[in-house]
Amino acid sequence: MCLGIPGQIVEITDPARMAAMAEVSGVRREVNVACVAEGPLEGLIGQWALIHVGFAMSLIDEEEAAKTLDALRDLGEAQEALEQMAAGDAALEGRA
Amino acid sequence: MKFASEFRDPKLAKALLAEIAKLADQIGASKEKPVHIMEICGGHTHSIFRYGLDKLIHEGVEFIHGPGCPVCVLPRARVDECIEIAQKEGVIFCTFGDAMRVPGSKLSLLQAKAEGADVRMVYSPLDALEIARRNPAREVVFFGLGFETTTPSTALAIQAAAREGLTNFSVFCNHITVPEPIKALLDDPHMCLDGFIGPGHVSMVIGIHPYDFIAQYYGKPIVVAGFEPTDLLQSVLMVLRQIAEGAARVENQYARVVPEHGNKVSIAAIEDVYEKRPSFEWRGLGEIDASGLRIRTSYRAFDAEEKFAIGYAGVRAVVEEAEGCACGAVMTGRMKPPACPQFGKGCTPEMPLGALMVSSEGACAAYWQYGGARAAE
Ligand code: SF4
Repeated sequence: MCLGIPGQIVEITDPARMAAMAEVSGVRREVNVACVAEGPLEGLIGQWALIHVGFAMSLIDEEEAAKTLDALRDLGEAQEALEQMAAGDAALEGRA
Repeated sequence: MKFASEFRDPKLAKALLAEIAKLADQIGASKEKPVHIMEICGGHTHSIFRYGLDKLIHEGVEFIHGPGCPVCVLPRARVDECIEIAQKEGVIFCTFGDAMRVPGSKLSLLQAKAEGADVRMVYSPLDALEIARRNPAREVVFFGLGFETTTPSTALAIQAAAREGLTNFSVFCNHITVPEPIKALLDDPHMCLDGFIGPGHVSMVIGIHPYDFIAQYYGKPIVVAGFEPTDLLQSVLMVLRQIAEGAARVENQYARVVPEHGNKVSIAAIEDVYEKRPSFEWRGLGEIDASGLRIRTSYRAFDAEEKFAIGYAGVRAVVEEAEGCACGAVMTGRMKPPACPQFGKGCTPEMPLGALMVSSEGACAAYWQYGGARAAE
């Protein structure tokens, strides 16, 4: 919950809601980018961010992202984050 | 050495360990008289165990595990309150998975779900918001949980709900803050702490200055740290250097993620939505002044405590902690998990007595998972 996971922002999906699509370890997930949006939202495309509970909280460089992902895989946290995202999707449909 | 191969940079780790040993000797730290360094954050506790840093490090350096696991510090009374909400007619109760197995005085959320409550595990408060949009006839309550790292997420979710005029979404707010419990620990005459490893991701939100009092008022060093093993070792080294110099400063080892002044948008959202509670109950620590947040009256419509007249907005039950459990002592670093009489006996991950055994950031879970199970045998 507190470690967060790096994801790459690939598309702005709803500027009014500050929503963007991020790719996290091969999985796509909508995230909120309000906390990292300083200039135009398009500028975020291609950038890496630490994502905490669905919010991009801090921009990081690609190398840092790769290192962090490695560490999270080691700790078993990367898998856990992906499972939580899947659980969240299931909850939307009342399947949880 | 099994652990060494797991460092991403074993050479650097070895050099850091050697440097730490040299300094520890220099300041006269020994097995009998160790320096006590508290890692505040449960994520750090897990890294320390995962990589066996407590074993690799000079024997004069002892890690004291701090209260930085937001699930672990929830008292049973609070879990009971959230189950009471979850069991109400028409409620969809959304929670992070971490909180599902935390035992209340009778049930956990998982057990309440098995008994028919509509409890759903979500990844983000935004999932709960979406569930509220799709189920206008149901009351959707999100279990707002965590330190400053996750507080902005529920604040932003509440702001969005207000903008959209959602009337069936509320948050059961259990957000807590790091500085106040640290102050409580430092005021405790039984604690002897020589320095702190500061939480990385909390600081990403609030910056490093909220810890100034630790250095200035209490005269203890604190270094905000990242989560990789070499981050932690480097931070220990930075703490030891300060001790050797007789200095006390707030330093930032994790500057690649933590800005000195934190994240502006997050801080603004927190301030807009939340205010400090007069006090908040912590498992094992009791009520601590100003250590929790509540939803401001301007957002009262989104406050589950107000909506259901529960918790601090209702009449709170007095709930004792489980008999024989040492959660409080473990959480404040006064006791190591294996010393708890219940560890591995009355309390295991399958049959937990305390939250520290089930949260992914709990100290007991860390001991259990990475060799603590052996210690119990
Ligand atoms: S072993 Fe169980 S009862 Fe003992 S401190 Fe840990 S969580 Fe609490």
